[in-house]
Amino acid sequence: MTLLSLLVLVGVNAYARQFVYGLETTGLTNQVSWGAYIANFTFLVGVAAAAVMLVIPAYIYKKEFMHEVVMFGELMAIAVILMCLLFVTVDLGHPERFHHMIPPFGIFNWPGSILSWDVIVLNGYLLLNLHISGYLLYCRYRQRQPTKRFYIPFVFISIAWAVSIHTVTAFLYVGLAGRSYWHHPLVPSRFLASAFVAGPALMILTFQVIRRLTRYWIGDEPIFTLRMIMTVAMIINMFLLGCEIFTEFYAPTVHAAAARYLYFGLHGHHGLVPWIWTAMALDFLGLALLITPLSRRIAGLNVACAACFVGIWIEKGMGLIVPGFVPTPLGQVVEYLPSLNETLVCLGIWAFGALVYSWMLHVAVPIMNGSLRADPEKPAALHVAGSAAQPH
Amino acid sequence: MSAPIQANDATPKTLTEVYRPVTRRTFLKGTAAAMAGMAGLVAALKPLLALARGELTLDTLLQKHYRELTPPELERILKSLEAKCKKEYGVRPTIRAPQPLEGVQFAYALNLGRCVGCRKCAHACLKENNQSRDSADDIEMSYIRVLELEKGEINLETSTPYYNPEQVPQPGKYYMPVQCHQCRESPCTKVCPVQATWQELDGVITVDYNWCIGCRYCMAACPYDARRFNYHKPKLTPEAINRNQSYLSNRIRPKGVVEKCTFCLHRTREGKYPACLEVCPTGARVFGNLLDPDSEINYILKNKRVYILKEDVGTHPRFYYFFEK
Repeated sequence: MTLLSLLVLVGVNAYARQFVYGLETTGLTNQVSWGAYIANFTFLVGVAAAAVMLVIPAYIYKKEFMHEVVMFGELMAIAVILMCLLFVTVDLGHPERFHHMIPPFGIFNWPGSILSWDVIVLNGYLLLNLHISGYLLYCRYRQRQPTKRFYIPFVFISIAWAVSIHTVTAFLYVGLAGRSYWHHPLVPSRFLASAFVAGPALMILTFQVIRRLTRYWIGDEPIFTLRMIMTVAMIINMFLLGCEIFTEFYAPTVHAAAARYLYFGLHGHHGLVPWIWTAMALDFLGLALLITPLSRRIAGLNVACAACFVGIWIEKGMGLIVPGFVPTPLGQVVEYLPSLNETLVCLGIWAFGALVYSWMLHVAVPIMNGSLRADPEKPAALHVAGSAAQPH
Repeated sequence: MSAPIQANDATPKTLTEVYRPVTRRTFLKGTAAAMAGMAGLVAALKPLLALARGELTLDTLLQKHYRELTPPELERILKSLEAKCKKEYGVRPTIRAPQPLEGVQFAYALNLGRCVGCRKCAHACLKENNQSRDSADDIEMSYIRVLELEKGEINLETSTPYYNPEQVPQPGKYYMPVQCHQCRESPCTKVCPVQATWQELDGVITVDYNWCIGCRYCMAACPYDARRFNYHKPKLTPEAINRNQSYLSNRIRPKGVVEKCTFCLHRTREGKYPACLEVCPTGARVFGNLLDPDSEINYILKNKRVYILKEDVGTHPRFYYFFEK
């Protein structure tokens, strides 16, 4: 926690510098006007959406054992959405003008601007998760049965809403006809497929940390259900990647310039080539581990999760955002690398997300295992074992 | 699937942990940690001390969108902007807010047969519009990028704006200046989340620099690389500043906002030509009113071989390229 707090302070300091001197403290240029901040934002929206992969088995397929972990997924969604909102805020040239977006004083360009849709869906998703997790934790704290109609409808809404947050974020890019690297229907499809790999990967790793560091035992079943979901999603993701590569490289078109830059370099510039091939290697390693019995053992599964998470992070970040700007619409190739200050701000936000998540767990875990409750003198009225007696 | 799960239940141990009382020791530790945290936060925020006074005022935060300003409010804002420029750059400009002319729809045409790639237009743009520049040769923020292409090539990927031969035009090359096309179906105005950029009645797409939040979505959306962002406070020497300014076009921008070509509306709404056209030595540029049947621009569109850059993107621009014959 101390390390995380220190990293957050380092990030705050770096951002203060950016606030004073402007975005020149980043590596961004007129040619590449979106970089690390938006890349991390895009990736994290996907991770937030993946909480739905816990909700669906628990509530639609009624797998009782998933109920013990849905809360952790929802709390992670909250922490991750906060990170997304921070990443967008630090990217703005004038964050103090965000009220320009809020009517009646401001002007909200809805429905024309996809960014306005994104503001609605991201904040809505945050509120949904805050309500559901807050209500259920509160009921558990008060030792009473939660009333179904106060949370079940919201849970089902959150399933559709989770898909929408990542689709809308994808549409931010897909709608831009001037950038042919982004202007095609595989972008939202790959967004969702890769999100349902990266999110569960993070959750599998987090659940093991929770097992080890808290007095809350998470069984193997939720973890291996997530493994199955990850495997299917990764197969789809890699298939779609194959479709993308075939389409871009089979015929030598001008449209494919960005893809050529990313995978092979363009006109002597190959800044991203090592990154994308590392991502490819990590993705294939992850896929190979997932579809073979190697990932049935927890060590192999952990390697697969780490490989997929990092590989997809690279792909969605450097592999999606930056090539959209290279070459520019007028054919210029200007490369981009985040500056030190920019990297420190990113680190600060990641640390903040981890810190917020730990704070939430410090409260949620004692509530969930019954230690923290409104009336500690009374013996536990609700039994958590098997979760059969206690809905969610 | 139905094997018994290890019970996650309260035990005396967990209860003691959660409900352990606050001792003098824990109180002191907590207070020390909180104070260290606060000290750390204050230290982290130290760079904010450098924020120039007057950069962030309640007035600027509460300023409404340009299109919602009443005339007296606009007057007051123009005066305060003039004072601000004097304070920050040492030069007091005159900032006006010229309205679109009645019965006017601007359009621009460029004769590719005549452009020799001298870049006088790009330099004139900078002198006229007060963009940030590190030196007199720094044309990065000019609204005009002149591309050098091989004759016979239309693929922009083969173009370069960085050509620097002894003489232009180079044999076998042709030159294509690109600036904001003030598109009729502009992607930039569509994507702006706060409508800080919009199309005026005479066709010019403008930016309210005091409303823009600096998200740069419009820059991502533009198919012509026409917009520029102020990554830092504009650097300008007092001699370089053009004092005839207008709110929506060439006043000196704050940092953190987007800017673009406005067809020099502070000139063209008063009957003059844009600066790029005035300076062009070969007469390659044609500018005028589409609604005037006798205008030169209408003659060009009716009689010359005219085409549109990136027509497939569907922007319907007001900027046309043509060949003499």
